[in-house]
Amino acid sequence: MRDRTFAPSRMLIYLVVSLFAAAYLAPLAVVVLNSLRTNEEIAQASMIGWPKQLAWRNYAAAWSGFCVAETCAGIRPYMLNSVLVTIPATIFSTILGAIAGYAVSLWRFRGDNWIYGIVTLGLFLPQQMRLLPWTIVLRDIGLINTLTGLVLIHTIQGLSFTVLFCRNYYVAIPHELIRAARIDGAGFFRIFWRIILPLSAPILIVTVIWQFTHIWNEFLYGVTFTTGQQQPVTAALIALSAAIADIPQHGVQSAAVIIAALPTLLIYLLGGRYFVRGLTAGAVK
Amino acid sequence: MTSAVSTATQPGRPATSEMVRRLPEYLTIWLPLLVSAAHLVSFSLWTIWISFTPSTLVPVSGWVGLRNYTAVLASRNWQIAFDNLLLFGSAFVLLSLVTGLMLAILLDQRIRGENVLRTIFLYPLAVSFVVTGTVWSWLLNPGIGIQKLVHDLGWTSFRFDWLVDRDMAIWTIVIAAVWQSSGFAMALFLAGLRSVDADIIKAAQIDGAGPIRIYRRVILPTLWPITITVVVVQLQFAISAFDLVRALTNGGPGIATQLPALVVYDLMFQRGQLGRGAAAAVLMLLILLAVLLPYAAWRYVQRRRSNHA
Repeated sequence: MRDRTFAPSRMLIYLVVSLFAAAYLAPLAVVVLNSLRTNEEIAQASMIGWPKQLAWRNYAAAWSGFCVAETCAGIRPYMLNSVLVTIPATIFSTILGAIAGYAVSLWRFRGDNWIYGIVTLGLFLPQQMRLLPWTIVLRDIGLINTLTGLVLIHTIQGLSFTVLFCRNYYVAIPHELIRAARIDGAGFFRIFWRIILPLSAPILIVTVIWQFTHIWNEFLYGVTFTTGQQQPVTAALIALSAAIADIPQHGVQSAAVIIAALPTLLIYLLGGRYFVRGLTAGAVK
Repeated sequence: MTSAVSTATQPGRPATSEMVRRLPEYLTIWLPLLVSAAHLVSFSLWTIWISFTPSTLVPVSGWVGLRNYTAVLASRNWQIAFDNLLLFGSAFVLLSLVTGLMLAILLDQRIRGENVLRTIFLYPLAVSFVVTGTVWSWLLNPGIGIQKLVHDLGWTSFRFDWLVDRDMAIWTIVIAAVWQSSGFAMALFLAGLRSVDADIIKAAQIDGAGPIRIYRRVILPTLWPITITVVVVQLQFAISAFDLVRALTNGGPGIATQLPALVVYDLMFQRGQLGRGAAAAVLMLLILLAVLLPYAAWRYVQRRRSNHA
């Protein structure tokens, strides 16, 4: 069944696969094309069409021109917010997850299975169960409507994933390696630094890609705990469509959507293999 | 930790200094895990508690029994959301399973450009639901999207206005959700197809079985554990779906595409009904548990069986 001859049945396979590929690519193509058409051109025809002339200024307007509420600074400040939330939260949750995963898998201590079990329940607990408590905690520590507050949330909640990823990776490391190092007098951190970390590149890449993608794309916490100029880009996109619903500017909006989606798309294209590994690791649990 | 035993001969001080020396170690191990575990447990318990209080704009103590739950369950908003969840959840899971399995089987035929195609089918997963919802809200908007295009091409009686049709609007969310995450099903199925023992396939071929027969009788039966995993993961997404709906229909037209997560948000942050919002959140959790507990039990049985074998 797996021959390479071009029988009619194989032509059919290629035809079906190509049709599906076109369907998957179409929305992206539409937005890319629209981002290069003027608002007027789109208004006269439909969202689907070729640009008559390339309206690159949509990108300039989307980046730093159009207005959301009273501020006319484009999408740039919100992109910056997303960067300032996503990068620290990704780094913190990955480092803490790697150390905790290492402790749980290779050091073993009293109660480790229990606490690990509870932490991984965080993969399943709906965010809606945590919305009110987070509101109260953030208000009490003065971090409501701040980027720091979002970093805190994503670091703590991200741990459920990062600990799981790292622990499942580290359990495969032979215990003899650790035992030998301990007999030589190496401590917890020394073993982590000298032995574990050099072995960790693949799982750290998976974890970083997973965390970055999830935190960048997150919307609910962003829209609940921040307002106005403090919002991450996902929340700003919604605010933007609501703000200009009366006089749509689909060209500029399309450019804004492309800009907002670009970081995670680039990471996916560059690290696809690790992205998929994270997906399956997250699913199998 | 284990090596603390060696200092036990000298009571008192050395053990303490050993503790102090290893304090950074204990802190880095325990603190993140404890904070994470503590927030999960305490946040859940607190939300459950609030669901039994008369809290409205601010959390207050008090006890109203199940009154918040009966109020939520009796509300039209929740009833529509729950019906929508049943329809959306089953349609979305079924369609993405079928699409994912079909794509996986097609990609498994040693076709050229498999890597490019896989990249194409999976890229929607890298994009946020906000972006997906926004883009599909344009495509499905009858005034500017696909319907307008077809009209401009000359077929003016063509209708594709589900986005503004109360009865059909929920299907627009199904379309966008299947587009976004059927690649996930494909990736898992493809991995499953690739791990089928080549010898079994060869044996079936020698017995004279054709490709369709081999798929139906030999390969597909090995995929059912993966199928269950895919179903559970997709259901988990469906139950807590929020961003996609918010960007695509915002629950409308009217409240036709309301889903539980939107009801929770609405009660908590727009109507100032914290007690009822918490009750709706707990109901969401219960729906989720109705899916996850049987799954966990099944996993447990599977694991025990494979340990005995």
